[in-house]
Amino acid sequence: MTHENEWPLWEVFIRGQHGMSHRHVGSLHAADAEHAIRNARDVYTRRNEGVSIWVVEAAKITASSPSDKGPLFDPARDKVYRHPTFYDIPEEVGKM
Amino acid sequence: MYAQMVQSTGKGLQDRKEMSPEDQAFQDRIDRGEKIEPKDYMPDAYRKTLIRQIGQHAHSEIVGQLPEGNWITRAPTLERKANLLAKVQDEAGHGLYLYCAAETLGVSRDELVEMLHSERMKYSSIFNYPTLTWADMGAVGWLVDGAAIMNQVPLQRTSYGPYARAMVRICKEESFHQRQGYHIMIKMAKEGTADQKRMAQDALNRFWYPALMMFGPSDKESVHSAQSMAWKIKINTNDELRQKFVDETVPQAEFLGLTIPDENLRWNDETGHYEFSEPDWSEFFEVISGNGPCNVERLNARRKAWDDGAWVREAMLAHARKSQKRAQAAE
Repeated sequence: MTHENEWPLWEVFIRGQHGMSHRHVGSLHAADAEHAIRNARDVYTRRNEGVSIWVVEAAKITASSPSDKGPLFDPARDKVYRHPTFYDIPEEVGKM
Repeated sequence: MYAQMVQSTGKGLQDRKEMSPEDQAFQDRIDRGEKIEPKDYMPDAYRKTLIRQIGQHAHSEIVGQLPEGNWITRAPTLERKANLLAKVQDEAGHGLYLYCAAETLGVSRDELVEMLHSERMKYSSIFNYPTLTWADMGAVGWLVDGAAIMNQVPLQRTSYGPYARAMVRICKEESFHQRQGYHIMIKMAKEGTADQKRMAQDALNRFWYPALMMFGPSDKESVHSAQSMAWKIKINTNDELRQKFVDETVPQAEFLGLTIPDENLRWNDETGHYEFSEPDWSEFFEVISGNGPCNVERLNARRKAWDDGAWVREAMLAHARKSQKRAQAAE
């Protein structure tokens, strides 16, 4: 139901500190990418929340659908051997 | 409360036996405390009620800039001016977070704005009262933002993911709003001249009952509240939140040396709560249906801002489209 003359929607990702990955913080409307960065700066970093901003047009994101949740994620559930705690190591071996 | 009298289905709480299997599974998810995300299944009535509630909340943030914006140019010091500007800018930001949360439900921001301008959607009754003196900036921050926080803190646990996340951001920022308001009150009521004390008391007198109205009428008999609470898009009853607000605010007024304008206000040792007078609900219904002191002024200011900004929105879009075409041609 988007109006024809509405600025497109952008998703905003912010890197909170050096060394951290960018994290989704929300979305906003802007005419183009440069404008989206400026708006993101005003809307999402008023209190020093970031050192870097990514914006991506919401329409360009491909998302998995909720109905795919089973086929996508269930196979990982029973593979406990992918976790280190699955393997018992004798205490005398020490920290591993 | 920034969303007052949000209509849900109008039929009261739906019986589990009347639910489709999908709706039963949906209710089970909510009962387990799971968050509902935009692409997940949700009953149509849940979606519609949320659009109304989040939309009303967003409109309140946007219209809420006006009573305070009124004082930016007349703030008594540069520091107060900077504080107030930051607060009003926050309100704009909060409106934007909430519009985006509403948009994930399939409504566009322009549609929501149109519904506000054509009076098909409401905003909180509180913003239809005038801000007559500088002390009102204190009273608004202290009481209005205080009441808003009371409502918004539990909404961080609401069942709809994007709404809950917006509320987390908003609550983080809102605490400064209340404190800066109370700070103004301290300066005027405790440390100020006799005239400033009188102004502070007058602001409290005018904003006390409108602040109590923010929580909405008693919802003991409301058919909408029960359904909204089952969906966890409303966490506490209006009366619970109003009581909590009074209990927290009365000692704050005492500290300031101000008198709550209510002869019936007294502490009840047995209940552990204050007893207080209900606001005049006929006034509330008048204000919410468009006949408050500033309704016309507020809506006209919003419409004017929208119309005056049209050329900017159009020019930016035209520029973006042109640059995009140029970039494509160059490839």
